Amino acid sequence: MIKQLSVFLENEPGRLVKVTRILEDGGIDIRALTVAETADFGILRLIVNDPDKAHGILKRNSVAVASDSVIGVEVDDKPGGLRAIAEILADGEVNIEYVYAFVTKSHKKAFVVLRVDDRERAVKVLDSNNIRLVEQDEVSEI
Amino acid sequence: MYWNKKAETLKPGELKKLQDKRLKQVTEYVYRNSRFYREKFKELGLKPEDIKGVKDLDKLPLTKKTDLRDNYPYGLFCTELENIVRVHASSGTTGKPTVVGYTGNDIELWTEVMARSIMATGATQKDVLHVAYGYGLFTGGLGLHYGGERVGCTVIPASGGNSARQLLLMQDLGSTVLACTPSYAVYLAEYAEGEGIDPIEDLSLRVGIFGAEPWSEPMRKRVEDALDLKAYDIYGLSEIVGPGVAQECEQQCGAHIWSDYFLPEVIDPKTGEQLGQGEEGELVLTTLTKEGIPLLRYRTGDRTILEYDKCSCGRYHPRMIKVRGRTDDMLIIRGVNVFPSQIEHVLLKIPEVGSHYILVVERKGPLDLLTVKVEVTQDIISDKVRDLIGLEKRIKSSISHALGVNVGVELVEPFTLERSRGKAVRIKDLRN
Repeated sequence: MIKQLSVFLENEPGRLVKVTRILEDGGIDIRALTVAETADFGILRLIVNDPDKAHGILKRNSVAVASDSVIGVEVDDKPGGLRAIAEILADGEVNIEYVYAFVTKSHKKAFVVLRVDDRERAVKVLDSNNIRLVEQDEVSEI
Repeated sequence: MYWNKKAETLKPGELKKLQDKRLKQVTEYVYRNSRFYREKFKELGLKPEDIKGVKDLDKLPLTKKTDLRDNYPYGLFCTELENIVRVHASSGTTGKPTVVGYTGNDIELWTEVMARSIMATGATQKDVLHVAYGYGLFTGGLGLHYGGERVGCTVIPASGGNSARQLLLMQDLGSTVLACTPSYAVYLAEYAEGEGIDPIEDLSLRVGIFGAEPWSEPMRKRVEDALDLKAYDIYGLSEIVGPGVAQECEQQCGAHIWSDYFLPEVIDPKTGEQLGQGEEGELVLTTLTKEGIPLLRYRTGDRTILEYDKCSCGRYHPRMIKVRGRTDDMLIIRGVNVFPSQIEHVLLKIPEVGSHYILVVERKGPLDLLTVKVEVTQDIISDKVRDLIGLEKRIKSSISHALGVNVGVELVEPFTLERSRGKAVRIKDLRN
């Protein structure tokens, strides 16, 4: 499992600056991020090197932030990589709520972050298909 | 607890007899000493002897805030300045302030009602009273101060502002009673948390005397939970005397108007007609014994219903229930009258929202639009947008349901709306 931080942001200029500056000042490295937005606000989801520390400093700086676990898997960085994962989950009747991915310079692989409706089931299905799950310390060490 | 058991527990008959006598006296007094009221009487063809008691109250002329302003500064004073020992003034939001003057007896009466008010909350001389109302021209600070000293409390005249120092003083001096506006109390609780102070563990508060702005039951619940105290509403206005015109007792069921000094009635704000018991309208007060600036039938601008039944605290002094806020604060959204306090009432029952909100009124074409901006609390966030959209919808439908008119809702980040250190500003009117 990987820890993901979710941050509430108003849909206004400067909000992302505020949050990223707090993280910068705290020496937090961002590994991946995605924003889900509505007309008025958005939720910034973040994968960082030190999620506990990041959660603490955001909170101290009056940011509305939550932390939860998401599934991280490693896929081959080539056409069809994500499709393979999606297919395994679909066959296992797991619904993906959202997904985002990132590649790193040093790895030949891509990391996929998955939020699913049934986490336990997803882990089981992925496991039985020999898909390697990525843990937080791996993400921290990138 | 009573400060003055005899006066506080007068039976309706005794109370009325006293009011009859005092109303006659004040009518004669203003007729003799005020050119303003003499002229008003003349216009109405009224003589002081026409007023034989409370039953004749509606024959007397109403007095409005503009009367005080038009006669700025001393026009409504009924005695020479040499007899005036103190002046207070209310913030003149529309130009000049409203100035009021007190004789020694007026200060004495104010101190008496403030002492009653403080003790009605259960506070006694054993309490440490932290006064965080502003001291100065505003009546809040000095009103609580004098009343607190009269009761024998250990009074800490902290005045407003500098929240870090307020908390330090409360912590070190062991304050047990906090007096300030309800919005400042909420702010202090929030500020304490940010400073690493736990209001429940680190402070010794047990009573809050909160007033100078309308506040709702859910707000009471929140302040009580955040500061671990019992919160009581205090009501007053400088034109009448300042805080202490009315005070909630330990039953927390509406503020008792000290009606041996301030005679209340409720009128229809549109027609000026007196309304019957149990009807909602504008509160009108007559000062029965004041000398410096006695006022007949002063329109307070506050909407309320008066309850005359005996309270279980033993007092018959009428209670103000359902104070909906000021007539001036009323918004008309697509023909529907909306009071900010109604919105607060609905909003603060939803645990996921913070205690700070602002109402933005805009005009789009021919329509007035109301948007409620409310802070989310720090811990309700999830990674799913639809949870927050759901919350937004839930807020929207409960408010729209309660008001009978649609409103917009906008969730904003915690600690981003402006905090007030005095009276909260809840409305942003962008129509003009």
